[in-house]
Amino acid sequence: MKLTPGKAILLALILLGATVTGVRFARGLGAVTHLSDRFPWGLWVGFDVLVGVALAAGGFTMAAAVYVFNLKRFEPLLRPAILTAFLGYILVILALLVDLGRPYRIWHPMIMWNPRSVMFEVAWCVMLYTTVLALEFSPAVFERLRMERPRKIIRAVTVPLVIAGVILSTLHQSSLGALFLIVPEKLHPLWYTPLLPILFFVSALAVAPAMVILEALVSARAYRRQPEGELLGELASVIPVILGIYLLLKLYALGTGGSITWVFAGTVESMMYWLELLLGVVLPAFLLAIPDVRRSVRGLLWSSSLVVLGVVLNRLNVAIIGMWAAAGTRYLPSWMEVAITAGIVALGIFLYTVAVEHLPIFPEQRLRLVQQER
Amino acid sequence: MDQRRHRTGGSVHAITRREFVRKGLGGLILLTAGGVLSSRAVAKAPLVREKAILIDTARCIGCKSCVAACKEAHGLPPEETGDLSPTTLTNVFFRPIAEPKPHLVLGEGRLQERSYKYQCMHCLDPACASACPVAALRKTPQGPVIYDASRCIGCRYCMMACPFRVPRFEWAKALPSITKCDFCAGRLAAGKKPACVEACPAEALKFGDREELLREARERIKGDPARYFNYIYGEHEVGGTSMLYLADVPFQELGFPNLPKEPLPALTWKSLSKIPGLVVLLGAFLSFVQWLSQRRVEVERIEVAVERRKAA
Ligand code: SF4
Ligand code: SF4
Ligand code: SF4
Repeated sequence: MKLTPGKAILLALILLGATVTGVRFARGLGAVTHLSDRFPWGLWVGFDVLVGVALAAGGFTMAAAVYVFNLKRFEPLLRPAILTAFLGYILVILALLVDLGRPYRIWHPMIMWNPRSVMFEVAWCVMLYTTVLALEFSPAVFERLRMERPRKIIRAVTVPLVIAGVILSTLHQSSLGALFLIVPEKLHPLWYTPLLPILFFVSALAVAPAMVILEALVSARAYRRQPEGELLGELASVIPVILGIYLLLKLYALGTGGSITWVFAGTVESMMYWLELLLGVVLPAFLLAIPDVRRSVRGLLWSSSLVVLGVVLNRLNVAIIGMWAAAGTRYLPSWMEVAITAGIVALGIFLYTVAVEHLPIFPEQRLRLVQQER
Repeated sequence: MDQRRHRTGGSVHAITRREFVRKGLGGLILLTAGGVLSSRAVAKAPLVREKAILIDTARCIGCKSCVAACKEAHGLPPEETGDLSPTTLTNVFFRPIAEPKPHLVLGEGRLQERSYKYQCMHCLDPACASACPVAALRKTPQGPVIYDASRCIGCRYCMMACPFRVPRFEWAKALPSITKCDFCAGRLAAGKKPACVEACPAEALKFGDREELLREARERIKGDPARYFNYIYGEHEVGGTSMLYLADVPFQELGFPNLPKEPLPALTWKSLSKIPGLVVLLGAFLSFVQWLSQRRVEVERIEVAVERRKAA
């Protein structure tokens, strides 16, 4: 493995994050975060967990496309998507270990049950789905190690595995929204709605293809491969449809929730709402509805970045900005919280590059492996 | 009702068979429905009288004897911390009031402000307990909402969920816990009153059965309607709480949150209760789609083969 400038930066970020994590464990959450009794959840829950899980939605959606809907032409995009999802969930768990007051008890929900708790359900789904992802990804490792038997076993159970993964993902993607159903008097009316679980799920569906496209384009550039242009364009064509449904749901929630006046209140919250909706939903939906945009690499790159930005903004709005007013304090993360988050993201990218360089992830790598075998 | 009569045997014949079946069945259906709809019906054992504290802020003189007694009973340092904190499970807060009004006990000596004691409300259907993934927080039938630190993973979802913003977190500790008033559960079990109630020199705190305290609160309002604000805070807030408040000014002036009558856990339960059905439906749907698409692929393959043979 060569140490490129890119990797050096990643390693530096990881090192910084690890150092701050050391401080966090030695001196407690109060010493490194801006969290308080008024604001118990911050950047790590908002970004690392909520955004992290949403952006990992490419895994279950692509698996469903290939194995449930039998759209085999998308197969080349599947393995990279599973890899990202798997790494994504590992990062979410890492972030949780940093965020939890008693991380060594993270396994407690396994034996200490509270079926009335949304958090309990999320914990189980994340646990099970990470296992499913590990199994879905395992063929890449088995192929590389030329282990035929386990590979065949996994192949035999792939369909039920994928179906289980889709169910688990549907549950916890939506339940992350349901976490906030219990705070009607704390979350700003612009975001509080009984539809929160559905909105979280649909936006995860929308960001899933966007992430797959983005990832394919970026890795194509990084590894000088030919991007799967036509396939990506086809994938992109579903985004405006899902975003359209999402927009309708958002407007419906706004109309029925009686929060329409808040949209024009000119407050920070209303600005953020506009930003999230216009920049992250309306604009990319409009752009991706144009065939020429879907045919150009730049068009795809920009518009799927906007979809991702939209989901990032939405989750941060729900978890942070939307909580400001009722909390009576405007939490913003400390530099150390940001450093840990950056370190975790850097670790994810680093692990991705390591995996891609050593395992058969892209179709041509798998082909090469098969040819070597012959 | 019916069952009890059956067991004692005294008036079994007082109800006809048909009536029994009707009542029994109806009761059963109601019970199951109730049990399914609100898990509270299951959680609440009717045999134990629920305890409560009536906090009459009109009588509160702001001496903070309760705060000191609470700290002593829990082995906490006596220093003040301003707000509730890991070392201050209850505190007394002072609020200016809109119009000057002589105090019930201090008279003209306190015209401009009122004081009130604040702590965990011990909700009847606590949001914190429903939120906790590991059931570290639990409502006991006697009234207290208690916390088991050995289960807690420190996710702080209870703090998010609590509509009264009560739970505190030990931010400064490497191995933190949640802290809040425990309604002196240990003292109650030993047959004693809560420490704060025992310490109050102004009789602003009264411990007893919730039903009886509600009756007493109503009587106090009726006995001095010119003084009391006609409302018992905690009777219905988020489904009712074990801490009941009286005041001689509107509760808004004291800064008490204006909350809905429905218990908050019902909001998440609406979503959670759909999960079993969703799993079954989704499982069936996905399996069906998979079967259908697989068939389509196979049919296509056969068609192609047939075409080829024809051409050849
Ligand atoms: S006041 Fe808050 S902490 Fe106390 S029982 Fe109710 S929800 Fe739980
Ligand atoms: S912080 Fe502890 S008590 Fe509170 S919800 Fe999490 S596990 Fe339960
Ligand atoms: S009931 Fe006990 S724990 Fe609660 S405030 Fe009173 S003395 Fe403190």
